Amino acid sequence: MKNEVPVVVAFFTGMLMVVSLFIPHPVVSTPASVVRQWAIIITAFAYVLGVANIARISLHNVKRRQRDWQYKAALVFALATMATIGIALGIESGGVFDWIYLNMYVPMQATMFSLLAFYIASAAYRAFRARSPEATFLLVTAAIVMLGRVPIGEKIWSGFPGLTEWIMEVPNMAAKRGIMIGAALGAISTGLKMILGLERSYLGGD
Amino acid sequence: MDLPANRMFRVKLASLVLMVFASWGLTSAADIRVADLPDDNGTALKLTWDLSNIDSTLTLFRSSLPETNWTPVGEFDEPRGSYVDRGLSRDSLYIYAFRLHSGLVLSEAAQPRASVLNRARVNQLLILAIFFALVLLYIKLASRGKHFFVRRIAGLRAIEEAIGRATEMGRPVLYVPGIDDLNNIQTIASMVILNDVARLAATYETPVIVPVCKPFVVPVAEEAVRQGYLNAGRPELYNPDNVRYLSDEQFAFTAGVNGIMLRERTAANIYMGSFFAESLILAETGFSAGAIQVAGTANIHQLPFFVAACDYTLIGEELYAASAYLSREPKLLGTLKASDVAKVIIIIILVAGFIAETLGWHTFADWFAAR
Repeated sequence: MKNEVPVVVAFFTGMLMVVSLFIPHPVVSTPASVVRQWAIIITAFAYVLGVANIARISLHNVKRRQRDWQYKAALVFALATMATIGIALGIESGGVFDWIYLNMYVPMQATMFSLLAFYIASAAYRAFRARSPEATFLLVTAAIVMLGRVPIGEKIWSGFPGLTEWIMEVPNMAAKRGIMIGAALGAISTGLKMILGLERSYLGGD
Repeated sequence: MDLPANRMFRVKLASLVLMVFASWGLTSAADIRVADLPDDNGTALKLTWDLSNIDSTLTLFRSSLPETNWTPVGEFDEPRGSYVDRGLSRDSLYIYAFRLHSGLVLSEAAQPRASVLNRARVNQLLILAIFFALVLLYIKLASRGKHFFVRRIAGLRAIEEAIGRATEMGRPVLYVPGIDDLNNIQTIASMVILNDVARLAATYETPVIVPVCKPFVVPVAEEAVRQGYLNAGRPELYNPDNVRYLSDEQFAFTAGVNGIMLRERTAANIYMGSFFAESLILAETGFSAGAIQVAGTANIHQLPFFVAACDYTLIGEELYAASAYLSREPKLLGTLKASDVAKVIIIIILVAGFIAETLGWHTFADWFAAR
């Protein structure tokens, strides 16, 4: 029963969503819309599970003074502080919660994102090393595309922007579309396996 | 839903009275046409108008019938145009009017109607039906014992190698199921792979750490890992503290995962699912930490980053093929084969489209356009 009921539910809701794409009549669209709203409500409840998970693991770690427990203590403190301020004082623009978010979280997020520039440089250095004919081909193509995208490239040779556009729009686009078609078929096939109950490993065991 | 006959009579009478009143200083009703918007759920009407002699801004009003209560809908500068009025009630009859200096220009009354079939998507329905039929056919063939050849997928073979290496080093395995929620099919595919990764890790008695970005994924990931340990016959090794919800925010989650990599010194990092800008930050941190890395995603823009920074990468469809490849379940292999046949059909259609377009026959390509 533990497996059969979820499979039956997955079949009916999955088929309802597929059919609602083609039948706009309210007989189908209304229950489909209700199911979508249920999904939003269930997702909201899942945050309780998330907070419970993070609190259980972190507090357990702090209580037993396990390795790096100080980080977990900081995490629990930050979680509790933000939740308390948000509930007690609200999350309106210009409030304390908003101030902490904009002046602490946003700069930290921007710092993480800015690391990407350095990581791109180090990854590109490794990827573009001309160790094989394929890597050399990649290096030359990347050099053309980079030169075609900056003003100095056009100063060196006026044909760089045009060549860059051709590389991006023809061979690059062809490869991307090939991957997209394969991925779309794979996604539909996976969805069908779920709907038909062929794929059940995500449900767990008895 | 159609209106009852007596109510319909009242509605027509009200329309007639309105027209008579409006006709004191005005142009003909035929200047505005209202019709049901086809292929919708019966909540929209389409208006077209031609008031060529007018050069002022036109204000459009709407009223339901029989009780008239005019509500402004919008302002239009062009004397000729069209507008789709959405969010209407299926059970009501509507009438529209433009207010001019000379008076009102009324439309005829119209009622939105729900369509049984969205004709604009018939092409997609047909293609999907053919693909569904192919999948069912190959599942049936697999059930009858037909053997299907599946090419070797290096990335999936590498997962066992990575877990083996982590075991030799006595360090944990890190499995990141992407940063999208469970409504993304890539995350579901990732949970299937996680189940198998957990089984292998349990066999080798190596812990698997699963950081999760969306809370809805937490119970599914816990269940997938627990089932993997059960399948390996080592349920006592399952540690629920290893499935960790970190944060819903993209870069807070990334920072948390990087912290796990560096503090717990994971020897094998497996990234399977939907990734965005954090893909390279994760993969480069893992590379600098010296971990063997296997990635898989169908997000095309992140593939180059994974290819550059990881040892093996599953590209697009290979992510979805993983469950069939790893389990070797005949029915799942049947779905894989159906995808291959669908790809052959698509290639034939592409070639036919290329020829048709070259010959100037555009109907063929137009039929496949998404609407």
